[in-house]
Amino acid sequence: MVELATDLTVREVAKAAETVLQRPVNVTPDTDIARDLAVDSLALMNIVMELEDRFDLSIPLDRLATVQTVGDLSELINTLRTKA
Amino acid sequence: MGLLDKHLGYRAPLEAIRAVGADPSNVRFEAITSPTEGVLNGRPVILLGTNNYLGLTFDPDCIEASAEAVRQWGTGTTGSRFANGTFKGHAALEQALASFYGRKHAMVFTTGYQANLGTISGLVGRGDHLILDADSHASIYDAAKLSGAEVIRFRHNDPDDLHKRLRRLGDAPGGRLIVVEGIYSMIGDVAPLKEFVEVKREMGGHLLVDEAHSMGVLGEKGRGLAEAAGVEDGVDFIVGTFSKSLGSVGGFLVSDEENFDLLRIVSRPYMFTASLPPAVIASTLSALKRLEEDASLRTRLSANADRLYDGLRDMGYSVGPHASPITAAEMPDQATAVGMWNALLQNGVYLNLAIPPATPENKSLLRSSVSAAHTPEQIDAVLAVFEQLGQEFGLLEGRRRATA
Repeated sequence: MVELATDLTVREVAKAAETVLQRPVNVTPDTDIARDLAVDSLALMNIVMELEDRFDLSIPLDRLATVQTVGDLSELINTLRTKA
Repeated sequence: MGLLDKHLGYRAPLEAIRAVGADPSNVRFEAITSPTEGVLNGRPVILLGTNNYLGLTFDPDCIEASAEAVRQWGTGTTGSRFANGTFKGHAALEQALASFYGRKHAMVFTTGYQANLGTISGLVGRGDHLILDADSHASIYDAAKLSGAEVIRFRHNDPDDLHKRLRRLGDAPGGRLIVVEGIYSMIGDVAPLKEFVEVKREMGGHLLVDEAHSMGVLGEKGRGLAEAAGVEDGVDFIVGTFSKSLGSVGGFLVSDEENFDLLRIVSRPYMFTASLPPAVIASTLSALKRLEEDASLRTRLSANADRLYDGLRDMGYSVGPHASPITAAEMPDQATAVGMWNALLQNGVYLNLAIPPATPENKSLLRSSVSAAHTPEQIDAVLAVFEQLGQEFGLLEGRRRATA
């Protein structure tokens, strides 16, 4: 059940990244956002803004400090959704 | 392994830019001969990228006030505002700023960067919410980090998007501070401030406007966008700088907020740095007086801004949404931007090369800022260079706007 939620979130992260980067991306939970996707801090903030709209959720930027992989980001979103 | 190895990703792009010609990150003027002219590589250049909006850097009264202050008070304060670094002039400047804005309180910081850092980190902290325009200046983002507040961005200049994001916060505990800028520094666009004030009033919270590029530029009295938009009573905090219209360096905050004096003991970027030297304070006071008394500076600035903006737009350059003292011509790619920037320099025009990640939407821009001190002839000379180079670089083919 938890796995399923994460998979769905990972897929949404991929879609948000494609919208912002305007190119197709291939992601798994282990994808390193900065290194593998060549995403700088500004693009990451834009991806987060896109995800906030997709999930109708606030994702405070200060929570990104511990996010390195797509899996980390998905987990953060799932945690915030559970709280909301 | 060196400590700087982690930044090696910047090496190749930097070298590629340096290989084209001059290094835009390391321009050294051999002389500055007026607010609008300098010498670079032995060549006279028109200064079209110095944020010197009112051209007051060589104002005789400002220079005289500054020279007198350095003789009377010495070269520096050698201390913090909190300790030994407040002289009569610092207090007088705060008084003058409060009175100019019609606010109860003012606070002077050592730089504009620190004004944002010190204000924002003093106003919000852990458990509060800081809601920023996505295109905010680096000093606002750095302030956000220093504050420890929960940071949410909204889409640039989009009041509906701000509304949506405030709604999402719901009734979460903690204060809410919304931060926008009067004029955005990269393409010169202006915030829809009236609409932002309406959203703030509906959803609750405080509003801070950074008038760094709009003080002395917008509003009948030169108080900035809040004045021009007629919503000063809806703006809780105004931050600004002395390093643009006022021709020196430093920053400030004005507000009617209760317990304002406590900011002076909780704001670390205010406390843990030396205060501005007396000479800077004196020229700034003098420049503020000139700004207040001489509305013709704004008339000339506005005419020059229109002249450059209309000229570039009519030639077919892609410029911002409306005329403003900042006009940025968008280049098709970074290589063209770097090439054009060098060619402009060689033809006697200095402006700013603005490239990602410092620019919105990863644009490559040739960013210019005009001054009240430019003559129409200087603007025309710049336009002639843009026209010639635009043809050489193939930027204008079939793009000239039909002019009536």
